[in-house]
Order: sequence, then structure tokens, then C-alpha cells
Amino acid sequence: MSESGDASHEALARVVREHAGRLAASLVSLLGDFSTAEDLVQDAIETALRRWPAEGVPDRPDAWLFTVARRRGLDLLRRESTYRAKLDRLTWPAPAVPDDRLRLIFTCCHPALSRSAQIALTLRVVCGLSTAQIAAAFVVGEATVAQRITRAKRKIGEAGIPFRLPPPRELPARLGEVLAVIYLLFNEGYLSSTPERAQARDLVDDAEWLAALLANQVPKEPEAAGLLALIRLHRARGAARFDAAGRLVLLADQDRGRWDRQAIEEATALLVRAARSRRRPGPYQLQAAIVACHAEAADFESTDWAQILVLYDMLLHLAPSPVTRLHRAVALRYTKGAAAALAELDDLDEPLARYPLLHATRAELLRALGRRDEARRADEQALALTANPAQQALLAERLDWT
Amino acid sequence: MKYVLMFVETEAFAKELEAMSALELEAAYDAVGRWFAEHSDKITHHTRLDPMHTATTVRLGGGEPVVTDGPFVEGKEVVSGFAEIEVADLDEALKMVSTWPACPLLEIRPFS
Repeated sequence: MSESGDASHEALARVVREHAGRLAASLVSLLGDFSTAEDLVQDAIETALRRWPAEGVPDRPDAWLFTVARRRGLDLLRRESTYRAKLDRLTWPAPAVPDDRLRLIFTCCHPALSRSAQIALTLRVVCGLSTAQIAAAFVVGEATVAQRITRAKRKIGEAGIPFRLPPPRELPARLGEVLAVIYLLFNEGYLSSTPERAQARDLVDDAEWLAALLANQVPKEPEAAGLLALIRLHRARGAARFDAAGRLVLLADQDRGRWDRQAIEEATALLVRAARSRRRPGPYQLQAAIVACHAEAADFESTDWAQILVLYDMLLHLAPSPVTRLHRAVALRYTKGAAAALAELDDLDEPLARYPLLHATRAELLRALGRRDEARRADEQALALTANPAQQALLAERLDWT
Repeated sequence: MKYVLMFVETEAFAKELEAMSALELEAAYDAVGRWFAEHSDKITHHTRLDPMHTATTVRLGGGEPVVTDGPFVEGKEVVSGFAEIEVADLDEALKMVSTWPACPLLEIRPFS
């Protein structure tokens, strides 16, 4: 046993994440069957999660996982002589396997799969989460997740979804699918909309890890670096987002001394490098630039709102969305005033009727304009719409003292 | 892998066709012809169906067969033709249909 015998939950997650995807990628290449390879890897991971907490993490977790997967495969595939023969010949490390995880990611995020299937498959196959862990992270039943994964794997096999990198011409569009999956994972973890877990740490770790893997493997795509910078900039301020009682603290009220300045500088440098070397702006780079503007301000009053407004305009030009318009309206409040910002919200009533932040923002603006009763009603609407306990507490508190 | 491409016409597309002049219609047909020629090495068979007013639907299983006029889906999207193709994988099929010049909806389904 190595010193990594520290088999805490996080250490286990880290080890599994580092090795599960590699093993899956090499087995898919070697066996030529996505579903079979995935079953074997999942089996090995479940064995590891059962045994490592007691026995400690082995010195060579990759070799351990491989051995279990191979033994299991020889056992299971007794009747399927072709796979058996292939497995029989395998040794670890498999013959000079390059890092095939990029191919794995593109297969899991193939546009012919539904978004929910893309997410579940990526978490399971690339990050090595078990079905139970995915179910817990998204607060859905295990049977639902298992069925989603089974269906997706069948579709990959039967519809002929290839295990291959998209050709350069198709790469930007296919990369967009992957980035969307990672971004959703991050959001789910960071702004988790489910009760009892204001911050689900695991998904945020997984999202950052995936973004780093991707940015490293497609260094010529600035949007991959942009997403990584965006995630890191958010995380650098994570410690200040909640107070000691677990209540959400708004940006204006956050203790900026608790922000990780070094992480902010590094993420900003990453963003600037990507943006300057490629000069191809995109939604993730722009969102990261907006977060960087906030992160660089010494205090809320010195925020460069004019710059943020310009960035939102660029973002809306590239990727129009009502949620982005809502955020832009907030920036407008600090450049043109609360009345101008409030007027912007009128058009958003229809598309964002069920979006709690629209009502919370309206409440803030109304309160700034001294229209207290209307503000209160907007806060009540927001409260009725959010399931996030931290957001609920914040809104309830505001209702208490207004 | 073998796939069937199902070409689906929508109401909007049918209206577009109706509004075309003879010359425009000819150009549209030419574009379709060029697409088939371009991919002829991958297309093993293709069929264009006659207009949907010629369709007859039969429902079985409830005693006497029930025969009705028209296509089986009472929607605004109707299958108007098929092509069988043989390509390496779904990505190749997707690439092929990305340049399809006519109706705006396609279903790709493997068959063995």
C-alpha cells in the first residue's frame, strides 16, 4: 500500500477519475465494443469503491482496475470467443495506448444522443462515477439513470456512432456539444437547484477536471480554455459565497479577502492567453471575461460596469438568450440607473416567467426605486420558484426585514 | 453500416414548392439530382413516394380492417421518400445529409 492508503471519499473520487476514463478508452479501442468495455470498467470501479476504503488504494490503481476488468471480462464473456480471445492477449499497460479519452468524450457527447444521456454517459464513462453517484448528484432515481445509460450505450452500438475524433471541419460544432455538457455539469454542481445541497462539490470537481482535460487536448480551441477559466474564476470565489450559517452571500456583500487571488490571477492569465493567441471570441471566453471583471475589482464600488456592459453586448450578439439579457440589465443598473434596468426586464417576463432570478432582480430594482410593496411581491414570487435552500433563505431574510 | 434515410416533407416546405415558378422548380430538382449523383457510390437504392393524397391507411386488430384515406400520421410532417445507404458509421451518414438540398427534415435509421 502506498501513502495514498488515505482512502477518503475525495481521494477515491480523484483516483477513479484519473484512471477510469483511460481504461475505458483503451478497452473500447481494443475490444471495438463501447458497451462491453464500459460494463467491464464500471464493474471494476464498483469493486474498487467497495474494497479500497477498507484495503487502501493500491500503488498502481490503473493496473489494479485493469486486472479486475480483464478477469471479469474473461469470466463474463466465456461464450463470446472473439472478445475473450482479445482480452486474453491483453496485458497492462496495454501496448502504448495514447490518451484516448478525447475520443471517449466526443463519443459520449455525440449529438445523436439526448443531452441527459450525454451527461450521464460522460460522468460514468469518462469520470468513472457509479450510477448511484450520478443519481444522487441529479436527485433522480437510480433506475432512471441506469436506463438512460443502457439506452445510450445501445444507441451507440446499434446506430453506428463511431469512436473517433471528429474531423477538423466538424470539430467546432462537436466541441460545442462537449462544452455544453461540461457547463451544465458545472452549473448543476455550483448553483445546484435541489434542496439540502446548496453546493454539490463533486460535480464541480468533475466539471473542472473535464474542462482541464479538454483544454489540454484541444489547445487550439480558445473556447475550451475559456470554459476552464470560467469555472476556475467562479471557484476562486467559492469560499465567500456562503456565510458561516450556510446562507448565500450576494456578490456585493461578499468578503473579497476570502477570494483566492492567486487562482483568479492564474485563470485570468489563461483566458488572456487563449483570447490573444486565437482571436476567436466565443460565449465561454466572454462569460469568463465578465467574471474576471468582477474578480479583479478590489471592492464592489470599483467594479468596471461599463466594461461588463460591453462584454454582455458582445455575448448577446454571439449567443442571444433571455438569461444573458437579465444579467445585462443588472450591469445597466450600475451604469444608467435602476429605472433603465427595470424597463429592460419587461420583455423578459414571458420567457423567464418561471426563473426565480428574474423576480429577485426585479425586487432589488424596485426596492432601489423605493417601490417597497411591489418589491415584496416580486420577492415572494422568486421565493415560490426556487428549490435551492440557500437562495430561499436569502429571499426569506429579505422579506423579513423589508 | 446500412441506414435508411427517410425524407420528410413539412407543410411549410410544400407551400414553398407550390409558390415556385417552373424555372425555380427545375433548379430545385436539379439540386436534388446533383446530390444523388454526388453520393451515388453510397446509395444502394432510393424511392420517391407519390403525393400523400394517394396514400391509403389500413388499421388491423379490431375485428374488420379499417381502411382510411390518407397517410397514417395525421400530422404536418409526412414521409415523402426513402434512400438506402451504406456508409462506415453514423457520422458519415450525418455528413452526407448535411448537404441535402430539399425537404427540411430527415430521419436516419440503421437496418440490418
